[in-house]
Amino acid sequence: MTTHATAHHDDHHDDKPHGFLHRWVYSTNHKDIGTLYLIFAFIMVCVGAAFSGVIRTELMKPGLQFVQPYFFNEMTTMHGLVMIFGAIMPSFVGLANWMIPMMIGAPDMALPRMNNWSFWILPFAFFLLLSTLFIPGGAPAGGWTMYPPLSIQGGDSVALMVFSIHLMGISSIMGAINIIATILNMRAPGMDLLKMPVFVWSWLITAFLLIAVMPVLAGAVTMLLTDRYFGTSFFNAAGGGDPVMYQHIFWFFGHPEVYIMILPAFGIISEIVPTFSRKPLFGYQAMVYALASIAFLSFIVWGHHMFTVGMPLGGELYFMYATMLIAIPTGVKVFNWVSTMWGGSMTFEAPMLWAIAFIVLFTIGGFSGVMLALVPADFQYQDTYFVVAHFHYVLVTGALFAIIGAIYYWWPKWTGRMYNETWAKVHFWWSAVFVNVLFFPQHFLGLAGMPRRIPDYNVAFADWNLVSTIGAYGMYLTPFMFFFILWHSKKHGAPAAARAWEGAHGLEWTVPSPAPFHTFSTPPVIHDEDLAHGDVSH
Amino acid sequence: MVDDTAAGNSIQRNKRLLTRALAVCGAMFLFGFACVPLYRIACEHVFRNKIYNTADSAKGFRVDESRWVTVQFVGNVNSQLDWSFAPEQVTMRVHPGAVNDAWYDAANKAQTAIVGNAVPSIAPSQGSPYFNKIECFCFTEQVLKPGESRRMPVKFVVDPKLPKTIDTLTLSYTFYNNRPATKKLAEQTQATQPPNS
Repeated sequence: MTTHATAHHDDHHDDKPHGFLHRWVYSTNHKDIGTLYLIFAFIMVCVGAAFSGVIRTELMKPGLQFVQPYFFNEMTTMHGLVMIFGAIMPSFVGLANWMIPMMIGAPDMALPRMNNWSFWILPFAFFLLLSTLFIPGGAPAGGWTMYPPLSIQGGDSVALMVFSIHLMGISSIMGAINIIATILNMRAPGMDLLKMPVFVWSWLITAFLLIAVMPVLAGAVTMLLTDRYFGTSFFNAAGGGDPVMYQHIFWFFGHPEVYIMILPAFGIISEIVPTFSRKPLFGYQAMVYALASIAFLSFIVWGHHMFTVGMPLGGELYFMYATMLIAIPTGVKVFNWVSTMWGGSMTFEAPMLWAIAFIVLFTIGGFSGVMLALVPADFQYQDTYFVVAHFHYVLVTGALFAIIGAIYYWWPKWTGRMYNETWAKVHFWWSAVFVNVLFFPQHFLGLAGMPRRIPDYNVAFADWNLVSTIGAYGMYLTPFMFFFILWHSKKHGAPAAARAWEGAHGLEWTVPSPAPFHTFSTPPVIHDEDLAHGDVSH
Repeated sequence: MVDDTAAGNSIQRNKRLLTRALAVCGAMFLFGFACVPLYRIACEHVFRNKIYNTADSAKGFRVDESRWVTVQFVGNVNSQLDWSFAPEQVTMRVHPGAVNDAWYDAANKAQTAIVGNAVPSIAPSQGSPYFNKIECFCFTEQVLKPGESRRMPVKFVVDPKLPKTIDTLTLSYTFYNNRPATKKLAEQTQATQPPNS
């Protein structure tokens, strides 16, 4: 029976396909597609960082130095769209592609051809979006939230932006369906739902969020398109529409989207912390339920993005309390990570450093989030740099730090080589210092009243803006550091063992490093000690 | 054999899941559009906040002569509309329950006929449900020929149930260019008038 299964699965050879076209463009292999996603995301991080370079350089000093206000607005808009849809989301999907089949003992993703498609749509989506920089009228400049009526004024970039968002949505939806199908249908025997790694759990929940809200965004931007080109009046006050309705529909997508960008990070941290604490994750089931309750709450709190639109008082109170409720499951997660470390024999390799930085700095972002949830206080914070500081703490020191930690953590499994620990630590400490120099002063600027998305500011804000720009320039070195550390490791790194980290548990560490092109062609026999959460009673 | 069936089952299950997930996506896409009527219903019935211009009939209020409310009038024109538009009176002192008349003046400064729509707004928003317009130029489209001007009425009653904390209400209008209607008007004029002889 076993031989039969092996022959069945491997009749297309265990070798990798030859030639760029066959290996990468026609790829249906989850590992290769994962790699493509991660490379694409890295390129997009660099593009998005370049846009933010224009923003921070202009904001270094008060007054207009380098760019015109309209171009500045294009940069803030494009920075947001590229970083969210091009960098953070694809890198999480890339990690999911690489790790989920290996973590649940599946030979590949459930729908491999759709997997190929969902990746290869993305370069075209971003070609459309980035091409708007070169068309008459310039790129979209109404902010990444695309609020009408502003966002549908200006040139024909509206149409290209809407189409690129449609494509990104299709890509995300197909990726999400694939992940759900893989997790629900492809688990090896013995891999019960409540024995799955938390990273897999976090992605299962994220994928449900994606299929629920990406179509809503597609609907909202379609309405923008028809308002602009086909004479409808969904958001046009003169025709009986209401621009505030756009904000409701957008944030019904937008708030779950925020958690789409952080739940997989929670999963990553829940893998890294137990490994380097040499203890099982504290409160595994509580972690899973916390993920699920955060996901549920994300659907009923969208109004906290729009406290100042003139909402009824009852609505404001409801959204305030519902939002503050999210602090409870999030607090459970932070508590459990700290409790996992408590009394563990901890070591501080690079992945662990990124994970600990995540816990500390994400919590800061969470606290400023609770401040923003308070209706009376939010009227002061709305549209200031305080908001900018808040979401960069949760997205850069949150999501991005977790992604970098994950890459260091699973890199030996992917390539079979260790990275240089010293340089990885330099990379970490450099980032940890400069990211705070970059974003922490933005809290002060926001509380003092500096508005976001404006290229000029009162001279009173000059000092902290200069500090913030210095931090930004420090951060611009980090993609190069990361690239060279990984490049050096790929060429000269020490060979990695199958279980690259002493305390690592989970099926991915039972296959050799580097992971062969096809893993688990026959379902593995799972031993309790293979699993990070084999015994659910702990 | 056993494995082939298992693989076949797995493909069946994947297909079924794919169909269901796509159905969820389709339903959520439609939900985005269903938000349009849902939003109107929520605004009008749950929050009693009219976003569409509909006429209120006088509700037979009893005039409360013991109380004065100041009503302020504001008129704005959207930048896309080449009209002048202003209230004739800046403020009025009225009794809640009494029917009052206020007047606005609009003039078309452009060379073409334009259809405009006025969108009203009441500040503070807590007072909005208690401000009843019996008759208003904002209920209908306003067509102004080039250079034409018009005096336009607003007939309103302040509900005597207006909370005691509110003693001033501001009625503000913004006039917008109703582009589809303006375009249709231009096409009709062209069709009915013979081309320049």
